[in-house]
Amino acid sequence: MDFNESFILGCSAIGAGLAVIAGIGPGVGQGIAAGHAAAAVGRNPGAKSSITSTMLLGQAVAETTGLYGLLVAILLLFVKPLLW
Amino acid sequence: MMHGILLSSSGEIDVMVHGLMKYSFFGHEVWITTTHVCLLLVMLVLIVFSIAAGRAIKKGAEVPGGFQNAVELIVEKLDGMVDGTMGRSGAKFYNYIGTVFIFILFSNISGLLGLRPPTADYGVTFPLGVITFILIHFNQFKYQKPKDIWTDMCSPLPPWLPIWLPINIISEIAVPVSLSLRLFANILSGTIMMALIYGLLGWVATIWPAALHVYFDLFSGAIQTYVFCMLTMTYISNAIGDNADA
Repeated sequence: MDFNESFILGCSAIGAGLAVIAGIGPGVGQGIAAGHAAAAVGRNPGAKSSITSTMLLGQAVAETTGLYGLLVAILLLFVKPLLW
Repeated sequence: MMHGILLSSSGEIDVMVHGLMKYSFFGHEVWITTTHVCLLLVMLVLIVFSIAAGRAIKKGAEVPGGFQNAVELIVEKLDGMVDGTMGRSGAKFYNYIGTVFIFILFSNISGLLGLRPPTADYGVTFPLGVITFILIHFNQFKYQKPKDIWTDMCSPLPPWLPIWLPINIISEIAVPVSLSLRLFANILSGTIMMALIYGLLGWVATIWPAALHVYFDLFSGAIQTYVFCMLTMTYISNAIGDNADA
């Protein structure tokens, strides 16, 4: 089958939009981590620095899946692998 | 071929790597890109800074002055971070972690100076991830017995039934990939956001994008630097295990 170029580019744009929906998951996860960290600081204010570093580490790991979605979107928009 | 909707080809928005000059390398066409130039600039700044810091420490005064104070503060903070995460075996990794921290931090915040951050190129972050990978496995084989490593690699099942071995190997290989992709994608997304704002808004984007620079370049860059170093240290100290003789 032979699709023309603009059809493929339009579908790539739709796919890129769908791919960044992956950002929902890390958003929820990071929010949960930050909420629990805030609760932990409220319970034990002395351990604030170690709680903060643990929270940042966990949030960064949780962020990875969202970044994969972002990378797929960037590849679809800028590298245009479907046109090759 | 103009596709106005595809930003890479619209001309005003500028996020991708540009080739500056090309040369032939054993028959391959190799480009010197903006990443190389920005990387060299960052390295130049760091080399000048480290030479100056070495001079200042070498003729250090008993009561440290301005620049010597700053250098001592930086080194103490970095060593303290390594010590706090790696415990007893941290002393051997002061140099590597400190170097990587300062390099990534300078690369990330070089976007403030109008450079394209070198860490927004996967060719820069992937070698950093590979170095971490090699450090993890070198230390694993140095400090653990091969039998323990085998048991660990078959982990949920007993060691005589290596069904989970391929999955564990894949998860080991995923470590440098995810480590480098995390840094790359964070910095790249910041670069793309700033390029979109400057490219699409035109004269409207005059002063207020400075606040966004603070977030995308300074905050995000510092957080990602910290996370890269913390994850590297965590993985290495997991590989060393408890039976370190240091």
